[in-house]
Amino acid sequence: MAMSAAKTQAFVAPDRSEAIAFLVMTAVFIIAPTFAYPVFLMKVLCFALFACAFNLLIGYVGLLSFGHALFFGWASYISAHAAKVWGLTPELAILAGTATAAVLGIVVGALAIRRQGIYFAMITLALAQMMYFFAVQAPFTHGEDGIQAVPRGRLFGIIDLADQTNMYVTVLVIFLACFLLIYRIINSPFGEVLKAIRENEPRAISLGYQVDRYKLMAFVLSATFAGVAGATKALVFQLASLTDVDWPMSGEVVLMTLVGGLGTVFGPAVGAFFMVSLENYLTTIGQWVFVVQGVIFVVCVMVFRRGIVGEIAHLARIKL
Amino acid sequence: MFQIFGIPSQALFGQLLLGLINGSFYALLSLGLAVIFGMLNVINFTHGAQYMLGAFTAFFLLQYLGLGYWWAIVIAPIVVGIIGMVIERLFLQRLQNLDHLYGLLLTFGLALIIEGVFRNFFGSSGLPYAVPPSLQGGTNLGFMFLPNYRAWVVVCALAVCLATWFLIERTKLGAYLRAATENPTLVRAFGINVPRLITVTYGVGVGLAALAGVMAAPIYNVSPQMGANLIIVVFAVVVIGGMGSIMGAIVTGFGLGLIEGLTKVFFPQAANTAIFVIMAIVLLIRPAGLFGRRA
Repeated sequence: MAMSAAKTQAFVAPDRSEAIAFLVMTAVFIIAPTFAYPVFLMKVLCFALFACAFNLLIGYVGLLSFGHALFFGWASYISAHAAKVWGLTPELAILAGTATAAVLGIVVGALAIRRQGIYFAMITLALAQMMYFFAVQAPFTHGEDGIQAVPRGRLFGIIDLADQTNMYVTVLVIFLACFLLIYRIINSPFGEVLKAIRENEPRAISLGYQVDRYKLMAFVLSATFAGVAGATKALVFQLASLTDVDWPMSGEVVLMTLVGGLGTVFGPAVGAFFMVSLENYLTTIGQWVFVVQGVIFVVCVMVFRRGIVGEIAHLARIKL
Repeated sequence: MFQIFGIPSQALFGQLLLGLINGSFYALLSLGLAVIFGMLNVINFTHGAQYMLGAFTAFFLLQYLGLGYWWAIVIAPIVVGIIGMVIERLFLQRLQNLDHLYGLLLTFGLALIIEGVFRNFFGSSGLPYAVPPSLQGGTNLGFMFLPNYRAWVVVCALAVCLATWFLIERTKLGAYLRAATENPTLVRAFGINVPRLITVTYGVGVGLAALAGVMAAPIYNVSPQMGANLIIVVFAVVVIGGMGSIMGAIVTGFGLGLIEGLTKVFFPQAANTAIFVIMAIVLLIRPAGLFGRRA
């Protein structure tokens, strides 16, 4: 009985609503460059991927990491350094950044999963802060200046990414590929175990699952995808800076996911789009951005806990 | 002047004193966090902002009302504590039955708002706050020069910490508190107003943060982000100590301050990261924290 259930779970066709939403999202991103700045859209895509990676952890394992800027920022530094100083091609630079994030994910994850709940959040925050101080002190990051004028280079040595359209298509392909991969992970038997841990950890343990291994695996996957986002972002903006590793960045990804909807497939992307647009729109108000973010946090937590996508899914009674 | 491990005694004791001062603030702040966590099960991310509010209240009292340090050290914790109680009534109370992570997110948002507003009005640079005249000057101890104000901070922080410990562990009110932590429903059945107890507890925890802020004002400058980075270190302190025990929070706070001071003498590059490294080691050896109970 349980076996057959597990088998049917192993290959679940995507819900109709999810398939349609995915097509709509893809179509929007294909048409969007005709009426929006490509750099703005690429920023949205990078942050959307970052938020999806974060959501993999909070939404499906129930672990709140408050240090995800660590993976985003360090991947960004390594990718920028690889492209600029080592002269690697863009795909290798992104891989180098991603691999760094994965390794950091193993170390931080192994430490953080030793405690639960609120402690988990504090540990990830503290370790991220430690790595922030390393970034401030390490010579290759160039401190306050960051790594500037990172060359975008030629993808596979052929496609010139200095061309805005080529860069946009590359970022879009990376985003969609990672999005589908994350979707596949949450709907795999592995993903089902993660959800079981989220719902009732002691029961998952009693069923014989080695919970810590699953948690660590999820943490490393989340860190890795965050790394892809950060590494790509470094090439898009041709810049890696302290902003990307500092704690407000960790807070921002939490906020994006919360606004879009924790534990929804499309929420993080919508939340990222919402927050990046808002910040673009609010650039003139300078420091007040933090106040606005704080207000959105409070509003979301008090009255809007499902987030935009979660609310729509709830009203329309569909899965998104 | 003599030397210890090749370090001039003056420098060594100077850093140790600085470590003790930092430790005083770690202890006061982690104590407040532990008290709040015990009752509300919420990690108060606003703690750093409330510490900053304490320092700013002292600054405002002096600037606009001409009330000096000794007034501030009494008034600021009360004012900030009352603001805290309002926050608890308006927001935190409504989140009680939800996942505790929402409390963390809410207080993080509040910290962003408070610190953002102050940064807009006062910029990022610090505002000076003078040491009160009665505590100016210092004492020569022979092996080092001890500024009176710093001695006062350490003694006062220690006294407040021990008083809080006594209040919670040895008085009737503390017994109610501990009972309400263990089993709120039962304590309510005995006719004790638990929601009010929670509100007051939050107010007291926040008041401790504000008190630390007032004491910090003459040492560091009064600045909008004085609490933002400090609170992350205090989180690490809390992870190391574990929030199960009040005395644990106090001992860990002072102890880590001292260790940080020593790191500054012997290995200055690592001073910023020492506490985080210790946290990682403690997690490997004793995951529940030095004084924690496994949940």
